[in-house]
Amino acid sequence: MSGGREDKDDLVERLLGGDQRALARVISKIEDRSPGYRELVSRLHRHTGNAEVIGMTGAPGSGKSTLVDKMAEMYRERGETVGVIAIDPSSPFTGGAVLGDRIRMASNVGDMDVFFRSMSARGTLGGLSTATTDAVRALDAFGKDRIIIETVGAGQNEVDIVRTADTVAVLVPPGSGDAIQTLKAGILEIADVFVVNKADREGANRTVKELREMVGDLPSMPTGHHGADEMEMFSDETTEDEDDSEDDWTPPVIETVAKTGEGVEGFLEEVGRHRSWLVESGEIEEQARERYAAEIRTLLRQDTADIVQDEIDARGGIDEYAERVLRKETDPYAVVAEILEPIEECVREKPEGRDG
Amino acid sequence: MSTENTGNDQRTIRCMVAKVGLDGHDRGARVVARAFRDAGFEVIYSGLHKAPDEIVQAAVQEDVDVLGISILSGAHNTLVPKIIDGLEEYGAKDDTLVLVGGVIPKEDREGLKEEDVAAIFGPGTPIDETIDFIRENVPER
Repeated sequence: MSGGREDKDDLVERLLGGDQRALARVISKIEDRSPGYRELVSRLHRHTGNAEVIGMTGAPGSGKSTLVDKMAEMYRERGETVGVIAIDPSSPFTGGAVLGDRIRMASNVGDMDVFFRSMSARGTLGGLSTATTDAVRALDAFGKDRIIIETVGAGQNEVDIVRTADTVAVLVPPGSGDAIQTLKAGILEIADVFVVNKADREGANRTVKELREMVGDLPSMPTGHHGADEMEMFSDETTEDEDDSEDDWTPPVIETVAKTGEGVEGFLEEVGRHRSWLVESGEIEEQARERYAAEIRTLLRQDTADIVQDEIDARGGIDEYAERVLRKETDPYAVVAEILEPIEECVREKPEGRDG
Repeated sequence: MSTENTGNDQRTIRCMVAKVGLDGHDRGARVVARAFRDAGFEVIYSGLHKAPDEIVQAAVQEDVDVLGISILSGAHNTLVPKIIDGLEEYGAKDDTLVLVGGVIPKEDREGLKEEDVAAIFGPGTPIDETIDFIRENVPER
């Protein structure tokens, strides 16, 4: 009908061929859940698995965007391509959002090998983590070496999002010891690396110390200066020294000053070290399996919710039922049983079909 | 609740509000950005002093429906065509609605429109007029 709708094959082909615009459009379709987006993602899936995905989370003002900018710059200096997905909350009232993280990507302007995309929460619960996972797939299939997901660390939604990453870094601003106490337990648990950014500020040492105590880290963390080769040697060494380092990962605490770039290299080394640990311990596949299982569950929940919604609509909408419950003609449990009955019926009949 | 099949009619409109060149006044651009947000659009604000290349990169990668360029410096006749050429290079020209806001003399308006600027909104334009224009003219995809 409209001339603007691309042929799906063409869009996937163009994305795989390195067309920026096709990548941008695929992500839009994912965000909009526009008709046919699932097929697109399905077709991209087998081209994925090469990117290393890093999740960055932390309170507003902890300097995420600036650090992400410096990370991207350093990866680019190594000749690696970078994709960034920056997630901002949207207004629950209008659905509108001002997506401001892009302003801080000052080091990579004009470099098309850094693909930066802003996404907003768009209100749908659980929908954002699905969209993020799919957008990461698109960037992965496009051939990005590194993908960074950046999001504010507040609430389960965000936790779900950063979980789509292989390595999760949690930024903690220096200063009052309260900072750590106020970190949500859920956020602390998902951290693979802690970053005390703005480490030139007062209180940074204390924050680092407190974090190290919390993760039970010993103060003998080796400091800086080793290249990639030496790093591998280093991880071999630790395997010899400590028997359990194979199965255990203790989140390191890193200090950075993202604004000047100080400490960012050390941070990337830790990210790399975590990656090596994931691969060597086999954790990376375990993680992927868990992620796929979670994804299948989420999709099933969404889709069954849609089926149920259709059924409710077909029966005249939920308001009708609510009204009847209000008038004590029925009760919520009875309503649910009534609506689900035909669906359950179908499921009960299905196993025979499946076996035969 | 229903997430799939909401269809294109409810597609969230994505806009970029861009400040290009040397002009350092962005109060107007910020007001417009906020108004767009309140209208339910997703707005990407470019920040000040951007080069045309940077605007193009952002507009292409963010896949915005609308690119609103704010210029108060008088350099619109060189900057705007550069941006539009850049969009064309990435195949983004046809489905990006390009608007210009700011101080644009009457005699330059025709020229910009020939460059495929969809509309020019000068000082004093009611913001609702701009929002309505976007809603009516947002490219179909």
